[in-house]
This record gives sequence, C-alpha cells and structure tokens, in this order.
Amino acid sequence: MSIDIRLPLTDQTIEKLHAGDHVRLTGVIYTARDAAHKRIIEALDKGESLPFDIRGQVVYYVGPTPARPGRVIGAAGPTTSMRLNPYTPRLLEHGLKGAIGKGGRDRTVREAFKKHKAVYFLAVGGTGALLSKRVKSAEVVAYDDLGTEAVRRLEVEDFPAVVVNDMYGDDLLEQGKARYQQRDRLGSYVPVEENAEGSNGGGS
Amino acid sequence: MRDIHIDQISETVARLFIDAAHNLPDDVVAALERARDSEESPLGRQVLEEILENAKLASAEMIPLCQDTGTSVVFVELGQEVHVVGGTLEDAVNRGVAKGYTEGYLRKSMVTQPFSARKNTGDNTPAVIHLELVPGDRLRIKTMPKGGGCENMSRMTILLPGQGREGIANFVLRAVEEASGNPCPPLVVGVGIGGSAEYCMALAKKAITRRVGSSNPDAENADLERDLLEKVNALGLGPQAVGGTNTALAVHVETFPTHITALPVAVNMQCHSARIKEAEL
Repeated sequence: MSIDIRLPLTDQTIEKLHAGDHVRLTGVIYTARDAAHKRIIEALDKGESLPFDIRGQVVYYVGPTPARPGRVIGAAGPTTSMRLNPYTPRLLEHGLKGAIGKGGRDRTVREAFKKHKAVYFLAVGGTGALLSKRVKSAEVVAYDDLGTEAVRRLEVEDFPAVVVNDMYGDDLLEQGKARYQQRDRLGSYVPVEENAEGSNGGGS
Repeated sequence: MRDIHIDQISETVARLFIDAAHNLPDDVVAALERARDSEESPLGRQVLEEILENAKLASAEMIPLCQDTGTSVVFVELGQEVHVVGGTLEDAVNRGVAKGYTEGYLRKSMVTQPFSARKNTGDNTPAVIHLELVPGDRLRIKTMPKGGGCENMSRMTILLPGQGREGIANFVLRAVEEASGNPCPPLVVGVGIGGSAEYCMALAKKAITRRVGSSNPDAENADLERDLLEKVNALGLGPQAVGGTNTALAVHVETFPTHITALPVAVNMQCHSARIKEAEL
C-alpha cells in the first residue's frame, strides 16, 4: 500500500507521514548533490538569493546519466545522503521541507528534520532506470557548469519512496534493524547502538 | 605467439561496459529473486520488487541500471603467449572505456587530482586495471563499473594472528552494519584474508568478481563464507537497510598466505547492481 502525495509538501501532509510509509510523489522536486549544496550554502552565507526558492520544496540527491536523444533524463536514482549531512540542517532552517536520497542520516540531521517539521525519504538505490521513468520533465535551473551535478527542476509522477525520518523523530533504519536483528546468531559480535553514523564518504 | 590488436581490445572493453551498465547478469537476477522469495519484511520485499523491475526496464529500454556507472575497474588475464600489437594494453583499455562511456551515454564520474582540482576527466578514464599474466594464448577481460556508494564502504585492517576466525567475523559484521544502507544492500560482500595490506584488498575485490553465490573451492573457506553470510543476514539491515532478512546475497572469501606477525582482512562491498561482464579474446 502506498500513500499518494501531491507536492509541494504541506504541514498537513507531513503530519500524516510516519517512518516506514511507502509513498508515491507527484509534482516538482529539485536535484542537488555535493557541489550544488556547497554553492547553495555559499550563496546563503553571502546573503545572495538562491537559484530556486527552497521554501516548501523537496530536494533529490541525484546525478543522472546523460539522456539519450529524445529522452527526458538518463538513469536517475539516489546517491548516498550521508555526504549531504553537513549542509542539510541549514537548508531546513531556510524552509526546505523534504529530501530524497539513500541510506541513513546522522543524529544531528534527524533532529533537524524533527525540529523543522520536515521529512527524509529513501528512494531505492540502484533503481535508476525505474525512477527515470517517473520523471516527466527535467530542466537545468542553476549551475549548468556542474554537469551531472547541476540543479535540475524535475516534474515527477508516482515517484516511489519510503519515509525514513518523519517529523516525530522516528527513524525507519533503526526500527527495521531492531525488528529483524537476531542477536543470538551473531556469535561474539557486539552490534553498534547507533545506526548510520559511518565516518567516510558514501557515493553513487 | 598470438597477435591481438589493441582495437579488438578497445572494442571489447567498450561493449562490455555498455552491456554491464544495462544488463544485470543472470546469476545476480537469480540471487535477487531468491532474496525476494525469502524476505520476511514486507517493505524489504517491496524494495526487492523495485530492484527486479528496474533490471527488466533497464535492459528493455536501454536505460542504465544505476546512474552511478562507476569507476571503470578492468581485470585483464593476459596469456603469456599473447602479443598485444598496435599500441599498449593500457591505452587499449582506456580507449575502450572512453568509447563505451561516451557512446553508451554512461555517467562520467572520474575526477583528476583527488584532493584539489577534482576536474572531471570527461570520459571516465583512466580505468583501474588489474593485470595478471597467465599461461596460454588467450586474453580474458572482466569489466566492473564500480559505484561509489559501495566502494566507499570498504574497510581494511590487520588483526592479531590470534584473533583468527572470530576476529574476522566481527570485523566483517562491523563493516556491514556501519555501512548500513549506504552501499545499497542486498550486497555481495568480498572478503580478502592474508597477503600484504594492498594485496589483501585486491583479494577482496577479486572475490566480488566471482559468480554470485559460488563457493570458494577450499572447504574451510567455503564454510567461512556460509557462516559469514548467515551472520551478516542476522544483522537485520535488510534490502536498502529498511529492515529485513536479506542484507547480503552472498559473502565471497579469497585467501592468501601471510606473514607470521599478521592477519590482514579487507572488506570490499558490491551493491546489488553487481554489473560484471567478461569476454575472452
């Protein structure tokens, strides 16, 4: 069962979403990954206006393959969200309401989603072909020189995703692991208490 | 001696990378189907359904399986009776990568000087080439577009010899659990044991080039593989770490003798999009 969501996200919609909900998003989202986030933060630092109004919007962490002629976009699956952790709280302060990526977020970012009444969604990593079919239009709106990392405005229809972090502070990855972990089959291994707090980069 | 012209090598490399980016190998699809059928978590099953549907679409419509078409890792087994003509083997491979990534509409992800300029090289070169000299007059090429998500979760350590099998298991479990959803589970976990530090990681990488679910020919290694797979799946991360019983499709172990003071262990992870193709010339 999926929940159909019309974008932009309203507070009313966000209140209804809980970690573990499967959703289908329809509407406008903006792509941004490492290099674009860096520039957005620099613009905010200088008090400059942003290439798009992030208030109420959803960003998608993706760097697509080049589109074949006649196609809207190439493969367009999510990249590892953890690399964007240093930037996300700042964007949430400026009104961002949602983000789509893969993998978990650190505690600071999870707190920021809760504090700013926003949602972090997971799209299935490695399904770039499937997700590309849900993109109906794509247009570069900023930082064209960044190539695959440019900011694009995408119109999506029935874009499948899963709520990982909701506004109530719940985390799907933590819940899922707690439910399915079989500690008696792990030998002398002591599981980590904290999920998704790795120290290195992530990719895609 | 048998002559092989570099053009033939370039064409093959180009073709293999385009094939790899769009067509998931049969052994991987079969392993994903088994995972879907056995998965206990409803959300985990949904994730596996999307992964399998993605594989069908990618192949039918020529859309890359994943936007991260990787670092171009190429394994070359060069028969000692082969004479590469028309240029160098390295140039031949790199020309093939450039051609494949350009003509195949694959993403170019390689950047220059890693700690400063980081300028895109424009054609995904240079490839990372592993060359092995073998008997015979054949040239065998395996291509692996290796995504950043899983590669960046690699780990290496030198355990104390006394830590043995238990130490290895705990190191592998820690690597997989901390990586969580980042490397795109369900994974093929490559484990290298022994050798020197750099060789140990190469063993881990080589381990993931094996057919998914194949066993190491050595009985003790095969037993370790089964044990590690069971433990990794008991972690409960599941597909994309949403919770579930299929965190890995397989654990592959490769070993090599080592120094009396050391027990090197390396983990190299392969995401579920295990896009490895090979050809023989």
